[in-house]
Amino acid sequence: MWLLLTDAAWIVSIVIFGWLIWDFIRVNMRYSESVLLSSREGVDELFAESGQKEP
Amino acid sequence: MDREATAVAGETGSHVGLLKVLGPVHVWALGVGIVLVGEFMGWNYGVGKGGAFGALISCFVIGILYTCVAMIDSEITSTVAAAGGQYAQAKHTIGPLMAFNVGLYMVLTYTMLNASDIQVAGQLVQIAAGNMNVTIPWQPYTILCLALLTLLNYRGVLATLSVNFVITALAFLSILVLFIGVKPWAPHEVLLHSQLLTALPYGWLGVLASFHFGIWYYLGIEGTCQSAEEVRSPGRALPLGTMTGMITLLIAAAITWYVVCGLLPWEYIGWDAELAPLYDAARVTGSSTLTVILFIGTLFSAIASANGCINDAARAWFSMGRDRYLPIWFGAVHPKYRTPFRSILFLTPIAAIFALYIPLAEIITFSILSGLLNYTFMPINMWKFRRKWPIGSIRRGFEHPFHPIPAGVLLTLCVATFFAIYLGYGRQLLSMMLFYIVASAWFAFYRYRYVRRGDQFSMPWPRPQGY
Repeated sequence: MWLLLTDAAWIVSIVIFGWLIWDFIRVNMRYSESVLLSSREGVDELFAESGQKEP
Repeated sequence: MDREATAVAGETGSHVGLLKVLGPVHVWALGVGIVLVGEFMGWNYGVGKGGAFGALISCFVIGILYTCVAMIDSEITSTVAAAGGQYAQAKHTIGPLMAFNVGLYMVLTYTMLNASDIQVAGQLVQIAAGNMNVTIPWQPYTILCLALLTLLNYRGVLATLSVNFVITALAFLSILVLFIGVKPWAPHEVLLHSQLLTALPYGWLGVLASFHFGIWYYLGIEGTCQSAEEVRSPGRALPLGTMTGMITLLIAAAITWYVVCGLLPWEYIGWDAELAPLYDAARVTGSSTLTVILFIGTLFSAIASANGCINDAARAWFSMGRDRYLPIWFGAVHPKYRTPFRSILFLTPIAAIFALYIPLAEIITFSILSGLLNYTFMPINMWKFRRKWPIGSIRRGFEHPFHPIPAGVLLTLCVATFFAIYLGYGRQLLSMMLFYIVASAWFAFYRYRYVRRGDQFSMPWPRPQGY
């Protein structure tokens, strides 16, 4: 059983990494860099009174 | 931009950023999850240096070091609400070169800790099989652990840290179950402190040397800051999660020392080949139930730590990319899952290579050294922060008491711990320093030209005093 589990561990790992790479390529092809890189360093409601800085 | 991206951008006011979905429980799960594995393994090598009492002294002294870290971090991070934690702090309080170094310290600390954790998780499965007289390789389970945790981190921070909360709480509970199981109310029935505890075997120098391994009890609690951009209310959640996390760890560390040193002789606990002292303590009790519970607790603690480390290393790398300290390509956020997906995937093979090919002691020493360099920066950071923006000049989520005592104590203890590491790992310490000097030169003379200096200061604060 342990040998079967060991083979299964390799197979599941390959499937997971395969999906991750597939999704990674899909997202990079589907969205422009301006969308993917549009994140800005955040501020939160703690500073709401003083007004947030517009990035 | 297609329809989904437009919708995503529309929801967030034209930016695809990290999601603000976390609460204090997740902050606790991130901090304690990264650290708790240090109660299950690693701290025991300090017993080999300083004896049982030496390890207890280092547990308390390093506990003070980390309490100072938690206090300082809680104040600054509750005010600098940005991913990247101490990196974002350094950028605001000191400057780009310090920020670049602090960012690297964090990425190395968490990536190396992640590599150690997944290596240990794989080896624990191998030990379980060995107990059933089956010999299997540990590598497939290490890679499986990494794959599952990478997938979890890739698909969203809320699920990642919710899972971390459950497995961290279970691992902590296993320590409490062992504590009750050894009947601390009847000291001579199971626990044999009076027979096992000895005087300091290598004197006070041994105690000092054990500081190096005392760090294991708490290494990574500062990682709570990495979630600053993803918590709903940083001013409340970060101090609450970090300080309750620190209290949890102090309790867990004290129980761990008490139980293990009451069941096993110090020569065995501090032996180089001793991997999991809490698990072995459970085995010594003769209870198969306790043995199984502590095995699961040890495995869960390693998985929780790796999970939190993937989260934190990716945030630090992502923040540096977003600010162009590294190629901006790393500053991307997944439009659907809202995670720094490029950074997560980029660091995964690095963790895998270290986990598969580098011995545990070597990897964890790189992690500890980088962590300690980060702690050494914190007192300077605190002094600068209070001097430039005194109390009352900006709104703080938390104000830590007794300033500047915690900063002074932290700096003193960091210097003592550097000396302790130099005693045992001088070569690694010097190699690490050389690496950071070379990296700093690369940043100062090459990379800094790409940094947009005007975008560095993102907090809506008044001009600092003296400027």
